[in-house]
Amino acid sequence: MQSLTTLLFVILALAVAGYFLAKSRALQVAGGDIRGLVSLPSQHALNTVLSTVIPPLAAILLISLYLRLTDGNGSWFFTLVVIGLAVTGMALSLIGIKQQARARTFAERWIMGLLIFASTIAIMTTVGIVLSMLSETINFFGQYDWRRFFFSTEFTPRFQGDSELGILPLLWGTLYVSFIALSFAVPIGLFAAIYLSEYAGHRLRSVAKPAIEVLAGIPTIVYGLFALFIVGPGLRDYFAQPMGFGDSAISVMTAGLVMGIMLIPFVSSLSDDIINAVPQSMRDGSLGLGATKSETIRQVVIPAALPGIIGAGLLATSRAIGETMIVVLGAGAAAKLSLNPFEAMTTVTVKIVSQLTGDTDFASPETLVAFALGLTLFVITLGLNVFALYIVRKYREQYE
Amino acid sequence: MKTSLLTLDARTKKRNAAEARFKAYGLSAIFVAMFALLILLTSVVSNGLSSFQQTFITLEVALPEDKLDKSGVRDLAVMSRVTTIGYAPVLRDALLAKLDALDIENPLSNRDLGNLISKQSAATVRDRVLANPDLVGQTVTFDLLASGRIDGYFKGAVTMESAALDGNTSPEALTIAQALADVGVIETKFNWNFFVWPDASVQRPEAAGLGVAILGSLYMMIVVLVLALPIGVASSIYLEEFAPKNRWTDLIEVNISNLAAVPSIVYGILGLAIFINFMEFNQSSPLVGGLVLTLMTLPTIIISTRAALKSVPPSIRDAALGVGASKMQSVFHHVLPLAAPGILTGTIIGLAQALGETAPLLLIGMVAFVREYPAAYTPEAGLFGEAATALPVQVFNWTQRSDPAFFERAFGAVITLLVFLLIMNAVAIYLRRRFERRW
Repeated sequence: MQSLTTLLFVILALAVAGYFLAKSRALQVAGGDIRGLVSLPSQHALNTVLSTVIPPLAAILLISLYLRLTDGNGSWFFTLVVIGLAVTGMALSLIGIKQQARARTFAERWIMGLLIFASTIAIMTTVGIVLSMLSETINFFGQYDWRRFFFSTEFTPRFQGDSELGILPLLWGTLYVSFIALSFAVPIGLFAAIYLSEYAGHRLRSVAKPAIEVLAGIPTIVYGLFALFIVGPGLRDYFAQPMGFGDSAISVMTAGLVMGIMLIPFVSSLSDDIINAVPQSMRDGSLGLGATKSETIRQVVIPAALPGIIGAGLLATSRAIGETMIVVLGAGAAAKLSLNPFEAMTTVTVKIVSQLTGDTDFASPETLVAFALGLTLFVITLGLNVFALYIVRKYREQYE
Repeated sequence: MKTSLLTLDARTKKRNAAEARFKAYGLSAIFVAMFALLILLTSVVSNGLSSFQQTFITLEVALPEDKLDKSGVRDLAVMSRVTTIGYAPVLRDALLAKLDALDIENPLSNRDLGNLISKQSAATVRDRVLANPDLVGQTVTFDLLASGRIDGYFKGAVTMESAALDGNTSPEALTIAQALADVGVIETKFNWNFFVWPDASVQRPEAAGLGVAILGSLYMMIVVLVLALPIGVASSIYLEEFAPKNRWTDLIEVNISNLAAVPSIVYGILGLAIFINFMEFNQSSPLVGGLVLTLMTLPTIIISTRAALKSVPPSIRDAALGVGASKMQSVFHHVLPLAAPGILTGTIIGLAQALGETAPLLLIGMVAFVREYPAAYTPEAGLFGEAATALPVQVFNWTQRSDPAFFERAFGAVITLLVFLLIMNAVAIYLRRRFERRW
């Protein structure tokens, strides 16, 4: 760690030295008259700095990756390679300073390389996500039968091993919570969007729109706290206990309701965009035929916007499925297949957290199951997102 | 049947009623949403505001030499052998003396009386004495933390009825506390230490603070800013200004819009597998947390940066190219500065998102109990390598404690978090209003 810091400082020092050397050499080559140069001295200096810094940095990245893969230790040989690259880069670019040399073009090639590298980080992230989860999942299925994972109706991890790790009760909890959340958020979000874009006056819109957007900016841990201490006990005392549904404060209903609140701004802002994309001429046509405003909305605007609204619903579903903190605090930890919404159940994300933050051995199936759960979650949400984005894009093109 | 334009027929009435109903649905949807926001905010504020107050007992503590300094010559090595257990009776004696002086009846055993004072207070006094050994032998006035139950009593969380069922306090203790409060010895006042102190163990909720969490969050935001801003801007510039339209760039674009919708917990799994297991960075360090949050906010920053770059009119680029700038120069010298306000706004919003994120941090070990303030750099742990927690994770941590006194603190931490977010968003809105140019 410390030697790496030193190495970086050496490279930095070389770069600074290169900057001044290149500047003075460019002036010297030009014979003191800048007009003799094709590129400005500062562009020569930039080229030298980039040639000094980029190759050794790339080498450090590659070498540390290699060392991690082979479990080796850094040696003086690698240090020599890195410093050698820095010195060579600097020397070559300094030698290359001539009156006719196009330093700007050279420097811009380096910069272009950096830009391309930055844009591949998004791809590398996805690859990293898939690879890291895939390798541990394969590891998991080596220790645990995949049929049991996908079809067992029990999820009871045990510390001593020999656990039942079926995904079905977790999926059930996830879908149940999401279903409640969406049946709360979609109508409210949709109606709010319709009212704001078709009916509301300027004053209501200037208050209601930011207020709904504030809901979107609140971190999920705050919603989780709200579910645990306010909504949960409230539901228990005023609904579940009097009606005899049970006496648990944390429940599918608690988590679902609070998640619904969280999703309202998401649904409403997406629907708002989509409703606004329906051409005004369609509304005018309907109103001109004598339809009332609500008839226009129900029979013309909504059908025209339907694909987009479905896409928004799918995006919201994927959000609900992947949501973690609200269910960790609001839904409970007991894996159960039950229909009663006032009972505590658990979800895929809750179990990922509890299996990875527990004290079990990392190589045991009880821990590795989290990666299989994560991969399942990733595949489901990815599928929903790709499908939804496809629908939304298709729909937008229709009216453009 | 006679019809008139002036009287509405049944069908029209029905249609008008449907119209009114539809409007009412829309309006009530908006009110449900705003009502939810109102309930959320008021419940957070009403539950959390009390955590900024803390109950203190002001006592004149005699620091006897025979108990605190056996050497008699202020030898620090000998003095530090007296642990907080040795200091607790000293504080209790001071309280007893105070009760005698004020003529307050004391039915409590010595142990129960000592429980009025927080266990943290003994440590505070000990630190003061060790820092300044000359205090031994004198009588010094201290503002001592009251225990969590006494604090809860003055905030209304503990009542005489609940105290009767509670093993940690009793109605008699509360009566004494009330008597002391009547003469001003016990006071509840604003508690800066809530933002400064580190977390505390389960037995002393009154001493738990957000110091380590705020520091950890700050470090992570620095990492995110330093990494996500340049990488995000660079990749947006490439995609928006230079990239040819082909399969590869299409793939990158689809990828970025998908990454923006990947559940945050998946990033936590990525961080655990890549940064901790593969690269062997320190667990629960702000460095790993920052890296994970960087990957998570990158799509947000890229999307807003591209929108900002797109809004700069092509005439600016053409003019730059026309006077002999290269494409790269036209972008870096002209387009980028003009797009800067939009980029900055997007970055701040991305940072705000990262600040409130909890789930991925749980997986990389930031739930750990940390009492040491993390240093930004140490030779052993490297840059941002020392264990820390983060604000939202601290909230989660406190909800998992058994003592309800921590719940008030969790709400207090949420208020702190929301205030930070409010400031960041206000700055973003201000920047947008002040600097955004419409072309």
